[in-house]
Amino acid sequence: MVERRLIGLGFGLLVVGSAFLFWSLRAPYGFILELRATKLVALVCVGAAVGAATVLFQTVAMNRLLTPGIVGFDALFILFQTLLVAALGGVGAAQIPGALRFVLETLVLMGAAAVLFGVVFRRGRGDVTRMILTGIILGVLLRGLAETVQRMLDPSEFAVVQQAMFASFGRVDPGQLGVAVLILSGALAIAFRLSPALDVAGLGRGTARGLGLDHDRIVWATLLLVAAMVSVSTALVGPVTFLGLLAASLARLVTDTHRHAVLIPAAALTGSVILVAGQFVFERLLSGQSALAVVVEFLGGLLFLFLALNKGRP
Amino acid sequence: MIRIERLTYKVGPAAILHDVDLRLDAGGITALIGPNGAGKSSLLHCIAGLNRPAFGTVRIGDLDPFAAPGSLRARAVALLRQSPAVVSRLRVRELVAFGRWPHHRGRATPQDDAVVARALEIFTLEALADRPVETLSGGQRQRAFIAMTWAQDTPWMLLDEPLNALDPRHARDLMVRLHDLSRAGDRSVIIVLHDINAAAGWADRIVAMKDGRVAARDTTAALLTPETLGAVFDTPFEVLNTGGRPVVVAR
Repeated sequence: MVERRLIGLGFGLLVVGSAFLFWSLRAPYGFILELRATKLVALVCVGAAVGAATVLFQTVAMNRLLTPGIVGFDALFILFQTLLVAALGGVGAAQIPGALRFVLETLVLMGAAAVLFGVVFRRGRGDVTRMILTGIILGVLLRGLAETVQRMLDPSEFAVVQQAMFASFGRVDPGQLGVAVLILSGALAIAFRLSPALDVAGLGRGTARGLGLDHDRIVWATLLLVAAMVSVSTALVGPVTFLGLLAASLARLVTDTHRHAVLIPAAALTGSVILVAGQFVFERLLSGQSALAVVVEFLGGLLFLFLALNKGRP
Repeated sequence: MIRIERLTYKVGPAAILHDVDLRLDAGGITALIGPNGAGKSSLLHCIAGLNRPAFGTVRIGDLDPFAAPGSLRARAVALLRQSPAVVSRLRVRELVAFGRWPHHRGRATPQDDAVVARALEIFTLEALADRPVETLSGGQRQRAFIAMTWAQDTPWMLLDEPLNALDPRHARDLMVRLHDLSRAGDRSVIIVLHDINAAAGWADRIVAMKDGRVAARDTTAALLTPETLGAVFDTPFEVLNTGGRPVVVAR
């Protein structure tokens, strides 16, 4: 039953993916197909990364409202990119090979996120309101820090950072795509393997420990996975705050289960479908490229308000 | 047997349990009673290995709950906490099945399913098995969580105020179940009770706590005297006798 809905989502992705590839395809076929395929892979990666990361994050946060974007995971990533440019200069930063830089940034983000959010969870445990507030304020703080460093940059160096700061599905660096696919599939595979333990962790710290689960270790592992997934999406297209909320909530609605073995792939597929379908509509049908990020954020923001007013029960 | 030696548990600078020495024999029902804030829940959490004490030791048989790996500990003691969090979209059968986690760690066998089915039967939850837990009433939820604790299939069951939210019928049913289970020989029950008469009716032994210390421990009949209860609760009590069973009334 639940598995059938998962297959349905996969089929949906296949349909919008094919539409994205083949709709109004003109010569030169090979060249255009290659362009489109690269973009499609990037969109699927970003959607899957953001969707899965949100489900994981919501489980360890014991909250259906928070997303990695809202608490500032991606702001942390941009802060690092900014610091890198500030330290090495725009030219120096650009000289590091894209793939290497990506891997380094991902590792740094994983470490910093585990420490930072590990502490927030430890302190705010059991007090949901306080944790949401702390999370949101932390997000604002990280964004503010990144902005401060950006203000101190040379205008030409600022231009290097600037392109990383806003979500844009129009431009994707193909050099980073290969590494992104690798990191993401690794993270998804580990998350899938952890899914029975995540089910137990979802019962709350007290009950999970009573059942013999090393809850703290699962939380650390999950935060590391979330950081890896967020760096994939942020590096490819920039920060998207509410897409994850949209994907995770829809996935819960469609599958109607608490089981992570279903929820993680469902949220990954939902995120991908939203992005690919959205990009298809804007690029092919409306030919207004950069609006997708705005629309996704608008709908996600509305959903956030709706969920907040309904006590976080999608 | 559970042996607790010189146990001191602190939350911040405040000591919740002071130097507790206690032996709890296997078999039967042991009730923990005492005024609010006496340290009953904290003691239960220490035994279950969930509250790390500042000093002292706990041994469940030969097992040290703070040193043993989680899955081993969770196969020795099962703890029902007060008002555990409820996950949305979780069905009663799935909740009860989590009790089997320490045994299979994610790969349930048909044997695990059989234990879950038996738990649903014992705690009369079959009609509710496919309902989401969040749609249940407080008392039904409580029964679902008790069934999960039972399904954990441990020699020791620790229950923190399980009678909360239960109506008289289900409260009595639960105490009868626990009584039968603890008589069958392979399970021992430690239960925190606020209703002294539930302890009077069903417990074999009572441990009375006050201000983080063990104030008295004895068999049920010997402990339930106006003097002991008065000293523990700082309230005058009368102990009546109805059909060979003590009934406690606050005066």
